[in-house]
Amino acid sequence: MTELKFLEEQMKKGWISRREFMARTAAIGAAVSVPSLLGSKAYAEPKKGGKFVVGIGHGSTTDSLDPGTYENDFSISSSFCRNNYLTEISNTGELVGELAESWEASADARTWTFKLRQGVEFHNGKTMDANDVVASFNHHRGDDSGSAAKPIVDPVSDLKADGDTVVFTLADGNADFPYLVSDYHIPVLPAQDEGVDWQSATGTGPYVLQSNEPGVRTVYKRNPNYFKSDRAHFDDIEMLTIGDVAARTNALTTGEIHLMDRCDIKTLHLLERNKNVKIEETSGTGHYSIPMRTNLEPFNDNNVRMALKYALDREALLQTILRGHGAVGNDHPISKANRYHASDLPQKSYDPDKSKFYLKEAGLTELSVDLSAADAAFGGAVDAAVLFKEHAAKAGININVIREPNDGYWSNVWNTDNRGWCMCYWSGRPTEDWMFSTAYAADAEWNDSSWKHEEFNKLLVAARSELDEAKRRDMYVEMQRLVSDEGGVMVPVFNNYIHGVSDKVAHDEQMAANWANDGQKWSERWWFA
Amino acid sequence: MIAQRLGLGLLTLFVVTLIIFLGVEALPGNAAEAILGQSATPETVAALERQMGLDLPPHERYVKWLGGIFKGDFGVSIANSREISDLIGVRFANTIFLAVMAAVIAVPLALILGILAALYRNSYYDRSVNIVTLSSISFPEFFVAYILILFLAVTLGWFPSLANIGPETPFWERVYRCILPALTLTLVVVAHMMRMTRAAIINLLASPYIEMANLKGMSRSHVILRHALPNAWAPIVNVIVINLAYLIVGVVVVEVVFVYPGLGQLIVDSVRTRDIPVVQACSLIFAATYVLLNLTADILSIVTNPRLLHPR
Repeated sequence: MTELKFLEEQMKKGWISRREFMARTAAIGAAVSVPSLLGSKAYAEPKKGGKFVVGIGHGSTTDSLDPGTYENDFSISSSFCRNNYLTEISNTGELVGELAESWEASADARTWTFKLRQGVEFHNGKTMDANDVVASFNHHRGDDSGSAAKPIVDPVSDLKADGDTVVFTLADGNADFPYLVSDYHIPVLPAQDEGVDWQSATGTGPYVLQSNEPGVRTVYKRNPNYFKSDRAHFDDIEMLTIGDVAARTNALTTGEIHLMDRCDIKTLHLLERNKNVKIEETSGTGHYSIPMRTNLEPFNDNNVRMALKYALDREALLQTILRGHGAVGNDHPISKANRYHASDLPQKSYDPDKSKFYLKEAGLTELSVDLSAADAAFGGAVDAAVLFKEHAAKAGININVIREPNDGYWSNVWNTDNRGWCMCYWSGRPTEDWMFSTAYAADAEWNDSSWKHEEFNKLLVAARSELDEAKRRDMYVEMQRLVSDEGGVMVPVFNNYIHGVSDKVAHDEQMAANWANDGQKWSERWWFA
Repeated sequence: MIAQRLGLGLLTLFVVTLIIFLGVEALPGNAAEAILGQSATPETVAALERQMGLDLPPHERYVKWLGGIFKGDFGVSIANSREISDLIGVRFANTIFLAVMAAVIAVPLALILGILAALYRNSYYDRSVNIVTLSSISFPEFFVAYILILFLAVTLGWFPSLANIGPETPFWERVYRCILPALTLTLVVVAHMMRMTRAAIINLLASPYIEMANLKGMSRSHVILRHALPNAWAPIVNVIVINLAYLIVGVVVVEVVFVYPGLGQLIVDSVRTRDIPVVQACSLIFAATYVLLNLTADILSIVTNPRLLHPR
């Protein structure tokens, strides 16, 4: 793809603005007119019926129904089939109530009161009430919790049911708390004895579980009592785990499935030729990252970090590893899909001279560093590391790529002091605070660059409880600048989510980008045209 | 003699479990870390290890597991607390179904091709059968599978590319959905059996008693079927059995390509998540399959050979 064509595509898909399109085409000296956004297909009214078959790349025999263990696309979208949450990110990216009708915060954003929707029934006929919500959250709390959602619920110091409301008291103010409760780990399940009943897989959601064979197939039937009258259009859903991407592609082209996730970028142009298949992309918050341990030599010197940031050709990485299906990053994890993206921040680009300048500032004439990589981080991570090595060589930096085993990568390589520098993937978070407090705050468990920046951490706490929009935006923009210019993480590219669907499938014009496949809520948002 | 063989078989099984256990223990990471993935923190890993009983030292876990096996209890999966017998039951039945289906096609086919090849030795037929079967065994399984999918599923649309079967799938529907994986396996195993049949028969054709039969004026096909084949059974049966064992334990690649819910996929998943009880149970089944099938081969070669059946 020529650069011009590439930019046109990006603009049509809404990943870059008109202004950016004009600026960047001017930069490459092309005289163009802005392509028309008209002519996109009409979006019909939803229709009920049909059996929707899905092929998902994730899913394993060892998957459990316990919501604390959800970690892959199969468990996430399967949970969205049968469960509801207090809040949800809508297909237009806004936060809307799901089981919560409304919510309000105290002035210090420490006490949050959620008013629950009335008359919602679980699949087993029990009416959902505030006690179920409390039990569902308590399932992830406490010292004995092995739940992956523990860091999200840890700041909750107290929660109690009060009539048809649930009151959360937080240790510190958090203006984004309603976003946090949309996390896929925390579905509202029926309370039972001391805990919740996750074993019987009963929920309030759009579909009722019929059979579940982990790692093979899960079958759902529409919940006739579903409280959202304008959602859940399929009669039946069959979810299949199809780990092999070629098998998934075959199944889609032969019409055996209607949706495949995680298309193979390398063969996407061939799949596009098939007339019965539509390729759809969303650009969300998922990004590749290369964290440096800022507590270790030589990464404790910001000049070295800057030298490395300027030694990578992000455009080349985007074109080679992602074949253009993404956007370049600016060394901070906030994407254009987030509310407070700092669009005025100067974009870092490949500049060996600048890189040499920073090396000199650090008192070095040349640098040799180890970069650990494995495809467990993201598909193509090892290739990306080798590419980086080539780019950096021009700046006098010698990167020694170490290929690590996929097994145990997240425990033994990433986020440990065993390795100074490694490849990593983040799916991103819907809010700035959630992302920063998960991976950039000084005391965060997953602060994978071990970055402890005083001013950043002060701003993080202040912005969290700031309810004034404008002030909040300024704070987050400043924090993005700090992470980009002084942080320990390189964020070279944001990747798009790409899925293929049968041309019989329809959905609203906009798709959610918080997760792949319309925020993984295809089950209730899509229909057969 | 059979009792002695069975005893040795049991010893083999025991050694296999020990090796597998030590092997999985030696891999980096454990089930708790594998389940939590990127979201693992030391705190949550420790809590999950306690829930799964992984905080016990390895030898205690092994002895506990072995004790369970003697009582016929395979235990529960560490990763999702399901009964392993439930987990394996359906999958094992699927694996056996596919293996039997492939064997029903492959074994008669290989025998017929092999006998005909011996009958028309060095003819164009003999050479072309050799070339075709040897090429199909030389390609990697997934390649053969993709070629079949390309022509029979994508281009012609005769068969489904997914072997998507469940417990409720009716028998003939099951057969229809499994045709492509069964054909792939057939192409992979036929060459070995067919060449062995041909070689074993040709080997005997040089014997004096065959010459005698020829001199009596018998037809060539009569000589081969009535005189040579009965004496050639022992090596042929051995090769057939090895290939049958392969159809049960070695089909993980085919399972992945056709998304067939068999044991191979289960053991791969379990190794990845370090779910030792499941890995152990699967390996026990695989090892037992080998031991039993080899025993069958020995018995069959004795039965087909009167000299071994009535030792002096």
